Amino acid sequence: MQRVENWIGIIVVKYRWLLIPGLLFLAIFAASGMRFLAFSNDSRMFFSEENPQLQALESLERTYTKVENVLYIIAPKSGNVFEPETLEAIEFLTNESWKLPFSSRVNSLSNYQHTKAFEDDLVVADLISDSASLSPQEIADIKAIALSQPMLVNSLIDKKGSVTAINVNIIKPDDGSYKIEDINSAAVRLDQVMKDKYPFLDTYLTGGVMIDTAFGEAPKKDMRSLIPLMFTFLLFLIFISLRSVFATTATLLVIILSTITGLGIAGWIGILLTPASANAPVIILTLAVADSIHILVTLFHQMRRGTSRHKAIQESIRVNLQPVLITSVSTAIGFLTMNFSDAPPFRDLGNIVAMGVISAFIYSVFFMPALMAVLPIRVKQTPTRQGKIFAILADFIIKRRTPIFWSMIVLILLTSSGIVKIHLNDEFIKYFDHSYPFRVASDFSSEHLAGLEIIDWDLDSGEEGGINDPQFLKTVEDFANWFREQPEVRHVYTITDIMKRLNQNMHGDDPAWYRLPEQRDLAAQYLLLYEMNLPFGLDLNNRINVDKSATRMTISTPNIGTAGVLDLERRGRKWLQEHSPDMSTYGSGLSIIFSYISERNIRSMLKGSILALALISLIMIAALRDFKLGILSLIPNLTPAFMAFGVWGIFVGQVGLAVSVMIAMTLGIVVDDTVHFISKYQRGRKEHEMDPEDAVRYAFNTVGTAIWVTTLALVGGFGVLAFSGFQINAHMGAMTTITIIFAIILDFFFLPTLLLKLENSK
Amino acid sequence: MTTSSLFSPRYLAPIFLPLSVFLLISHVHAETPEEKGLAIAMEADRRDSGFKDYTAEMTMILRNKLGKESKRSIRSKTLEVAEDGDKNLSIFDSPKDVKGTAFLTFSHKTGDDDQWLYLPALKRVKRINSRNKSGSFMGSEFAYEDIASQEVEKYSYKHLREETYQGQECFVNESYPVDRKNSGYSKRISWVDKTEYRLLKVEFYDRKKSLLKTLTVSGYQQYLGTYWRPDSMDIINHQTGKSTTLLWDNYQFGTGLTDANFNATSLKRVR
Repeated sequence: MQRVENWIGIIVVKYRWLLIPGLLFLAIFAASGMRFLAFSNDSRMFFSEENPQLQALESLERTYTKVENVLYIIAPKSGNVFEPETLEAIEFLTNESWKLPFSSRVNSLSNYQHTKAFEDDLVVADLISDSASLSPQEIADIKAIALSQPMLVNSLIDKKGSVTAINVNIIKPDDGSYKIEDINSAAVRLDQVMKDKYPFLDTYLTGGVMIDTAFGEAPKKDMRSLIPLMFTFLLFLIFISLRSVFATTATLLVIILSTITGLGIAGWIGILLTPASANAPVIILTLAVADSIHILVTLFHQMRRGTSRHKAIQESIRVNLQPVLITSVSTAIGFLTMNFSDAPPFRDLGNIVAMGVISAFIYSVFFMPALMAVLPIRVKQTPTRQGKIFAILADFIIKRRTPIFWSMIVLILLTSSGIVKIHLNDEFIKYFDHSYPFRVASDFSSEHLAGLEIIDWDLDSGEEGGINDPQFLKTVEDFANWFREQPEVRHVYTITDIMKRLNQNMHGDDPAWYRLPEQRDLAAQYLLLYEMNLPFGLDLNNRINVDKSATRMTISTPNIGTAGVLDLERRGRKWLQEHSPDMSTYGSGLSIIFSYISERNIRSMLKGSILALALISLIMIAALRDFKLGILSLIPNLTPAFMAFGVWGIFVGQVGLAVSVMIAMTLGIVVDDTVHFISKYQRGRKEHEMDPEDAVRYAFNTVGTAIWVTTLALVGGFGVLAFSGFQINAHMGAMTTITIIFAIILDFFFLPTLLLKLENSK
Repeated sequence: MTTSSLFSPRYLAPIFLPLSVFLLISHVHAETPEEKGLAIAMEADRRDSGFKDYTAEMTMILRNKLGKESKRSIRSKTLEVAEDGDKNLSIFDSPKDVKGTAFLTFSHKTGDDDQWLYLPALKRVKRINSRNKSGSFMGSEFAYEDIASQEVEKYSYKHLREETYQGQECFVNESYPVDRKNSGYSKRISWVDKTEYRLLKVEFYDRKKSLLKTLTVSGYQQYLGTYWRPDSMDIINHQTGKSTTLLWDNYQFGTGLTDANFNATSLKRVR
């Protein structure tokens, strides 16, 4: 290794005129793959194909047709929906919604198919038509009907009659010949038309289409706002710490080249950008800084001592090659183990960052020094103030080692204990902050109407036509009624309500007959009668399967969080198990899958984290050629993540998907500082034959600045991520920042005292 | 005059043909695409008029996206009515739960059709008051308006082009529903062969003008030396992936049906 290190230094200086254009060309070639990068906008991108909850949902959708929706919410400023102008607006919006791209069904107050008996006739008609000509009495009648229909209340109209919704089902073609953005923008345009035409209404827009669009929009938004912020910060930091325009330029070049290389290769191999993987540029920018900083700090250190520029470059590569290689490899390993994640976007993120980190190593060792050999850099012959600060810090730590050691132990225990307060929660709506209009709309919907958390039950009678069986219908009705008694349930959509209504209609609208038909054939004949009289797109195909053996019941609740959804589903399942074991099944839906996602990912990432830990420890042992030091390094490497979880538990408590990849990811990052510190300590002990105290001073003097600057860069980079409007990224950024802060505290205060204790106990 | 009616395979077949239309056809130079479209519809209707009455048996096969199937069987009786739409009586034989359910329709050239339904489980005849024509029929991909009476007056027409479809020279026409509010379609494009004026294919476009469904009609046989009836009608919904097949069998013409067989009180007696 020693020979390789010398040799690379010589090669880099000697072939500088070959390396600079050669590597630039390579970087540009790789980066040209960026033109293939595309954004994924599908709220399901976080689920792998093997996800059993996703499979259950997809099988339900194949039976009853997979639909997305656009949901308009209308809240008249007067607080009363039942006014002629508002009813007219509902009619208008209902008609216009049919024209949205791929709309297959529109449900509103106005096209609700109201059935009533008139002498010996059965009348099936829109609840509201020609609203302009309605008399006050007719409007009062409509209001009375609307507020008494279980199908409508809390779903399309609130109990007070102050807020109404219009739901548009969208069927996206299988061949992918659509752009979700087009559907979204058509829906947004219509919303604007409503706002202009009916200024006395507040309108909100949400639904699956908006959520999917937001998933596609989030990475672009992050990239637009976070990358420039990050870049400015790094530029400032690098310049402040290196005080050299050329060195700053060279470092910037390295981080830009690394980032575009990582993204470019991602483009070449066809990775789609998702809200998670779109963070890769910010993370690569941040991580790529470290390698260059370490090499440049040593280079300037040597030059200050009077070494010639070319000799200083060779020396810097000689002393830094090993730690820089180790840190790059360990960081890459940390990110690569994200491939264990069940969520494909994290696999992509891990792979892109790993490619960027390895590129950063290559550019930092071969490109940047070659560039420095060409650029006319000069240094002042004065020691910096930072050097003095680290000398004082080293002395302080050596003198007070015992109290420092024990206070660190107390800090670790205190902070880590907060882990018990952590609970998992994934509400995909809350992945987006209030800067997304659909989030505001969803909160509004959750407050006044059904809410977007949905649990679907596919209730199977087990025989063709079996849904008409009175016993089966009774069970479905009981199940629906049981749900209606649950405090968190806002709305239940079941065919039994239609059956009861028809039974009443067929008996002259006598309320005594508002009950399920008692014969199987009668129920079947009611359904036939009803279906024959429905308008386009309002049929029961999305409620009843093709051979009428099963029906789908839909439960809506406001945002009740992971624990709430899972609990409701579990109670529902238990009810079915007890009352009708034959029908027992699992609840399904996007809410359910998201509720399991953190748990699944933590389980899948546990293996990844252990593997990362084992590999990184092995590398440490091999590199330091010291088993004891290698094992010792685990403490400052692993502890910061636990401390960060603890602090998070104490102050926030709720974690989601981001938490699953945290350990593997931060392990690879925080290991860097430990590697640099220990390798310098070891060099002091072995090469310069220092005693432990002097070796600690030597380590502080040589890498203190570099560790400080790279930590600042990392804190800045991940701190910027914490400002993402996408919750998973914000959490990941915030937690990583906390971890890195703890890592530097441990590396400066705990690691040296630990090393001293260890050496002195010999 | 004649019309087709509910469950009539004489899909899109239109009505009487005044002398003026012959004049129009003979004066091709003066004919607009709209006039030609109307003329074709009228000629098809003319060729199918005068059958008086017929009965047939139908099997309806519903298929979902996964190819899972479900069958129903229905008997259909049709009576030609002078100057108005046909009368049709449909009796459900299976599934067993709806056996004996009977549906009576008086089609009208203008205005809503009259409909009655007899529910044997309730032993009552109900008159149905509904303008809805566009919903799914029995959960199938056919809408009531697809299989109900196809009066010439219920659409306006436009001739598009002539082309060969499955080896037959065809007229390709567009038609637009007159009752736009209650129809599920913005337009239909139909392929009618030039020699016998039989409907071979229809494309249905929804209200936002996207292709919704395609119907293909096959297995035509001629009865009484005049009237063509198909064996099979397949319709596929391109948006949901669901499809429905109607298989026709046992056509009987001139069975002596009269008005007495087609009234609300007669519904209860059907077997």
